[in-house]
Amino acid sequence: MELNKLKLTELVPLISKGEVRPHEIIIDVFKRVQEVEGKVKAYITLTVEKAYDMAREAENAIFSGKKSLLTGIPIAVKDNICTKGILTTCASKILYNFYPPYESTVTSKLLNNKYILIGKTNMDEFAMGSSTENSGFHVTKNPWDLERVPGGSSGGSAAAVAADECIAALGSDTGGSIRQPASFCGVVGLKPTYGRVSRFGLVAFASSLDQIGPITKCVADAALLMNVISGHDPMDSTSAPIESSDFTEYLGKEVKGIKIGIPKEYFIEGMDKEVEERIKDAIKELESLGCIPVEISLPHTEYAVATYYIIATSEASSNLARYDGVKYGLRVQGKDLLEMYMKTRSRGFGTEVKRRIMLGTYSLSAGYYEAYYKKAQQVRTLIKNDFEKAFEKVDFIVTPTAPSPAFKIGEKIDDPLQMYLSDIFTISVNLAGVPAISIPCGFSEKGLPVGLQIIGKPFDEAGILQLAYAYEQSTPWHKMKPLL
Amino acid sequence: MQYEAVIGLEVHAQLLTESKIFCGCSTQFGAEPNTQVCPVCLGMPGVLPVLNKKAVEYTVKTGLAMNCKIAPYSRFARKNYFYPDLPKGYQISQYELPLCEDGYLEIMLNGTKRKIRIKRIHLEEDAGKNIHDPSGYSFVDFNRTGVPLMEIVSEPDIRSPKEAALYMKKLRAILRYLGVCDGNLEQGSLRCDANVSVRPVGSTEFGVKTEIKNINSFRFVEKALEYEIKRQIKLIENGEKIIQETRLWDSQTGTTQSMRSKEEAHDYRYFPEPDLVPVVVSEDWIEKIKKDMPELPDQKIERFIKEYGLPQYDSEILTEEKALSEWFEEAVKLGGKPKEVANWIMVELLRLLNEEGKDINECSLKPIQLVELIELINKGTINRNTAKEVFEEMYKTGKTAEAIVREKGLTQISDDSVIIEAIKEVMNKNPKEVERFRNGEEKLIGFFVGQVMKITKGKANPKLVNELIFKILKE
Repeated sequence: MELNKLKLTELVPLISKGEVRPHEIIIDVFKRVQEVEGKVKAYITLTVEKAYDMAREAENAIFSGKKSLLTGIPIAVKDNICTKGILTTCASKILYNFYPPYESTVTSKLLNNKYILIGKTNMDEFAMGSSTENSGFHVTKNPWDLERVPGGSSGGSAAAVAADECIAALGSDTGGSIRQPASFCGVVGLKPTYGRVSRFGLVAFASSLDQIGPITKCVADAALLMNVISGHDPMDSTSAPIESSDFTEYLGKEVKGIKIGIPKEYFIEGMDKEVEERIKDAIKELESLGCIPVEISLPHTEYAVATYYIIATSEASSNLARYDGVKYGLRVQGKDLLEMYMKTRSRGFGTEVKRRIMLGTYSLSAGYYEAYYKKAQQVRTLIKNDFEKAFEKVDFIVTPTAPSPAFKIGEKIDDPLQMYLSDIFTISVNLAGVPAISIPCGFSEKGLPVGLQIIGKPFDEAGILQLAYAYEQSTPWHKMKPLL
Repeated sequence: MQYEAVIGLEVHAQLLTESKIFCGCSTQFGAEPNTQVCPVCLGMPGVLPVLNKKAVEYTVKTGLAMNCKIAPYSRFARKNYFYPDLPKGYQISQYELPLCEDGYLEIMLNGTKRKIRIKRIHLEEDAGKNIHDPSGYSFVDFNRTGVPLMEIVSEPDIRSPKEAALYMKKLRAILRYLGVCDGNLEQGSLRCDANVSVRPVGSTEFGVKTEIKNINSFRFVEKALEYEIKRQIKLIENGEKIIQETRLWDSQTGTTQSMRSKEEAHDYRYFPEPDLVPVVVSEDWIEKIKKDMPELPDQKIERFIKEYGLPQYDSEILTEEKALSEWFEEAVKLGGKPKEVANWIMVELLRLLNEEGKDINECSLKPIQLVELIELINKGTINRNTAKEVFEEMYKTGKTAEAIVREKGLTQISDDSVIIEAIKEVMNKNPKEVERFRNGEEKLIGFFVGQVMKITKGKANPKLVNELIFKILKE
């Protein structure tokens, strides 16, 4: 048995029963990494030695009867989540040498569970991008087609899960960065409600939108991981002051009578036919499970991308000001302070990051603030209201995750606007702060995965997981593995 | 033409909270560089601020003391600019919705009350300190980074440097009474920037203003403003233009120097801080803070006038420092007569403190010592002149009045025979004066008293000397 191919929910009972030992799992994981990582390039840093140490600790915990939920489970962590003493780069040259002296809240929780860190995964630099091509180090390939992108920005995490280079992974989602790569790589990705999971230790891209979430091989795995990482954190003022429920609570419960909203604005002229068909098939499948489809409208959808690119870039322009060469990370000397700033930031940041810093700086500038940032905040409220109104009528909203399956490496890299549009279906969710999942719902003719997005009410992750699980269990998609 | 100045002050006050505004680091002044820092105040990637509730409470307290409206809902905002002492590249401050607005302070100028309106009071974090080494390297000390800072902005209601100084004094007194700031301009726990313009008397329009920074001592508030006002008037009278700019006060030369003009001014790109939730100050909380409010300087002045029958002037001086007013009240409680105690404090104690540049908190003299001294005078053990000497000695050594009098043999001579002997000696040495006195030149009494005091080394009871001189010379 190749243990790396198992799901989280399959491994947990095997570990509990003592049938599998953590170090056996990581032997298989690292064997797999050795086989395929050269092709996929999902990781920035592999923490092999550390993983064996952690496996030993996990085994000690199990031996002494102190096993927790995720004890001994190998997990990959996106490289924008701080891990104490372990290189954390955000895939940026400006942080090429940054070893955080602190642990993020999510990984602290995993550490308390005695998880095993496999490595830090590749991403678009500072999570800015939809293809992982904006990594300052290398491009990650889609395990289903090595000529295609894995999506982004959590492309490394999604590819590592799809390629069985880990059991599960953490990603972060600012405008679709968990869901879109999950969709492209044929895995499950959940973006929790804003405030559900602590952002402490997540290197900020856009603070009012960022959220950490699981990327897993199946829906139940995502629920399990959520049980560990979510909850109020006094270190994060924006984390919701509510205790987390058991996200596995509704798994397996029937979904008869559940109303699913189909927003007409998400099925538009010119969208990928294959994606449209897969989504329509999925809706039929949900109907056959007893769900009631209802056509709804989210009238401000067309403004979402513009709104997002003002708010996210504005916050980013401020969040990234700290990388100035003074305290940590890259410093390129200059003849004076200004030259040091300019040289450091010119060489340290990639093109897309610079583009967004400039966009955001512009939007916040005196004389433009009212027209851009302030206006965008007002539209954001309208988008949020759209969802509130829709959820008066329906329990969930179902849409495609992305307008197309994975595109080719290089295809959109020179056309930022086309690249931005690949997040068109995921962005509104971040603006509204609501939770959403992407789950596999079939394949294109070329054999590329297509993702179904289920959006829920604030803090109804358990409901989303219930519906996603019902769909998953009645379809074969999650059992498919890429041939590598 | 006659000109008047229009002045508005922006005062920054470091709050006396134990920990920083957004993390648990200590705010203690004077520690080794970069020993009071953590990932949060160093602005490392991924860390988040958590608001210190005490800092909000202190600001609300200050707002209430300065008659402000307290916002039930306020927000933090980011002020963006690059500087090595600003580790995040932005300062967390308040912009659109400050904690306190629309207040005022009252100052007394030549016996009349003047109201200076306060536009807003907001809360923000302090920056670190750049240290430029002669080697050419620059260092940054982040200990100060994240110390809570309150910005108190006045309306342009101040009309003279004198008023500005009085306003600063009143403001500092209130902060110290509240215990929210120690008000030390030299150490920078209180900082003052001034916006100044001038205009012809009677005009209602504002002239072009300049901002004066670096006024780092109380003495300089008036001086810097006086200089700047003269400079502006001179420019106008020479037909030149005043440039809107920031100017630095240079205490060495006693002038202000141009720092940067408006064209080079920063665009701070303020926007609401997404890492913090809005600050909600409930009515209940405000009520609780109100209940905790100490007596403030204005209330204390009134009470001193009523309760102790002191003149306005005395009351003002005694209440300038909370500790001084407490010192005074302690002395009165121990039996000192209010006016007598007030005189000793105002004439002797404050003079001695001033000479050493100390304030009342650094004074080792205890109220009980003054009360004992006053008792010695009243009992006739020493005279008033000797008492001054004893007071100074007590102040310097901390000994009791009695001990000093004993050690130095300062007990007043009230023995008639000793004084008569001295008077006779004086008479023998100055027969002409005796003659003149006897012929009716009675103002010579002063001369005789002085001579007797000289012989008795100032210890003779002056009243007795007076009586005896008359008695003997008139014989």
